[in-house]
Amino acid sequence: MDKFAIVLENVVKRFGDVVAVNGVSFKVAWGELFGLLGPNGAGKTTTVNMLCGLLKPTSGFVSVGGYDVQRENAKVKGFIGVCPQETAVYPYLTGLENVELFGNLYALDKETLRKRRDMLLEKLGLTQEAGRKVEKYSGGMKRRLSIVLALIHNPQIIFLDEPTVGMDPQSRRAVWEFMRELKGEGKTILLTTHYMEEAETLCDRVGIIDYGRLIALDAPKNLISKHGVRNLEEVFIKLTGRRIREET
Amino acid sequence: MNFRRINALAKKELKKTFREPAILFMIILFPIVFVLTFGVSFGGLGGSQPTYHVGVVNMDSAGSEGLSQAFIEAMANTKLLHVQIYADNHTAQDALSQGKIQAVVIIPADFSQSLNSYHAAPNNPGSWINATVMLYLDKGSIFATQAVPPIIQNVLAAFLSRKAAPSPVNVEISSLIEARRFSTFEFMAPGMFTFASIFLIMMVAQSFTQDRENGMLKRIRITPITPAEFITSQVLSYMFIALIQAVLVFAAAYLMGFRPAVNFYAYLLAFILILIFSLSNVGFGLITATVSKTSGAATGISFLFILPQLFLGTFVGSSLSSTAQTVGRFVPSYYVTDALTSLFLRGASITSPTIIFDFGIVTLSCFAILAIGIILYAKCFKI
Repeated sequence: MDKFAIVLENVVKRFGDVVAVNGVSFKVAWGELFGLLGPNGAGKTTTVNMLCGLLKPTSGFVSVGGYDVQRENAKVKGFIGVCPQETAVYPYLTGLENVELFGNLYALDKETLRKRRDMLLEKLGLTQEAGRKVEKYSGGMKRRLSIVLALIHNPQIIFLDEPTVGMDPQSRRAVWEFMRELKGEGKTILLTTHYMEEAETLCDRVGIIDYGRLIALDAPKNLISKHGVRNLEEVFIKLTGRRIREET
Repeated sequence: MNFRRINALAKKELKKTFREPAILFMIILFPIVFVLTFGVSFGGLGGSQPTYHVGVVNMDSAGSEGLSQAFIEAMANTKLLHVQIYADNHTAQDALSQGKIQAVVIIPADFSQSLNSYHAAPNNPGSWINATVMLYLDKGSIFATQAVPPIIQNVLAAFLSRKAAPSPVNVEISSLIEARRFSTFEFMAPGMFTFASIFLIMMVAQSFTQDRENGMLKRIRITPITPAEFITSQVLSYMFIALIQAVLVFAAAYLMGFRPAVNFYAYLLAFILILIFSLSNVGFGLITATVSKTSGAATGISFLFILPQLFLGTFVGSSLSSTAQTVGRFVPSYYVTDALTSLFLRGASITSPTIIFDFGIVTLSCFAILAIGIILYAKCFKI
């Protein structure tokens, strides 16, 4: 097994004249909970999409689980779980049907699917509502269901792209607790978030990305100490400025 | 191919179909295309008079010297009938059952004899030798059954220079008793089977654009499902929907009195044709989804494919101008409706050349359209 679960080496992604990711390099160890932070449009989701094989880097090298994502994408797909930024769940299916659909797409056997389904729905507080159509769910419930879909096949490497957006504090805390459990099980997690408290609380290390460049990479407490501020949010503001950014 | 994945996605697609009342109409493009297509279809663009193809079997014992030749010329001179001579009744009936001609006129052996007897004593009906011209009509064409008999009657009356009865030569419409049993609805029914499936174009286009909009396509791409499995699941689910549509339309038509006297194989072939036809609708849906940025736009753009298929190739097509009928030969639905009409109304055999020709055209065109749709969509959005 490769020493690192995730490796990016000098990765560049251009969309026409726009450079979304500009020479980003970092490595994530197995079992690490890594936070990728940055303002809107900084290049976080583009980076995650390249790690999942959804986007091809313009240049550079990306590997996940020791496999070259571009050349061995089929192998990568089997052991990554992705909770995308969009609340991508089928509204016309029930929660249970959504979960079973994805379990079948990963070709889980019936017993494994049943156990994983029941456990995940319970952990994320969706058991009671599992039989209802998703269109009736609140935004927070849909986000939690999206996490269940990402984890149904028990992936070793998990990409969570802003998983707690739109959740109430209780739900967010429950997801945090669950992420800690996953880490305890030895899962590797790459988390993108705008909630600095979330990153500071959960992540072993964080990388701050801005205008497509990685501008900081360290453990949250080291970054706080290095910049002489009180918390990660102040580090973030100090490094990225106060100007409001919009997604392009 | 993992059939569990295919089955899971196909089931999902079916659940969506039955749970979402999602048909929205484009408010600008729809009327424009509707008016244009309607204009071409019913406006008589090209202005030509309708012509009916009539097969003639001349059994007149007087041969080429007989008066029957003059009668045939008189029919052709009307400009309303395009006359084609057949050697025997069997060949002519075969052409009729395949929709190649719209009527068969059988000139009897005693035709000249009858006319000669009439000319010898025009005012003495008692001395006439009576003869009967048999007329077989295309039971699949409401227009042929209504238009051809009076034309023949008028030609004969003019030929005899006799407008009022009695007449030495009568026209007996052999299939008229049967033809009259068909209501307008029954004439339209074959097109209705085709009609229902055409709206799959909109469903497919909406489904693919919606999945793209809400991130589901991206999410599916992250799973181990292969592009072939994904496309297969979609095609199978829409074929199943087309089958359900066909069954429901047929059941409704049956309730309304549409009960064609055909065997099991004719029904089987009809359903197979509709299933194959649904492939082209999936293909057109994918093409629509490729060029549409949103599901709303997909709804409107889908009518660019729906309306020509609808007006040029289904039951509406039975009353089209000759120009529109020619254009109709470029849409797959035309051949489906033609084959179904031949099967159900004309009583054509499933192995008759017309059916085989229609089946071949439908199969080739539908697979080609599906392939184009898949290639375009995959190229733009990486299934």
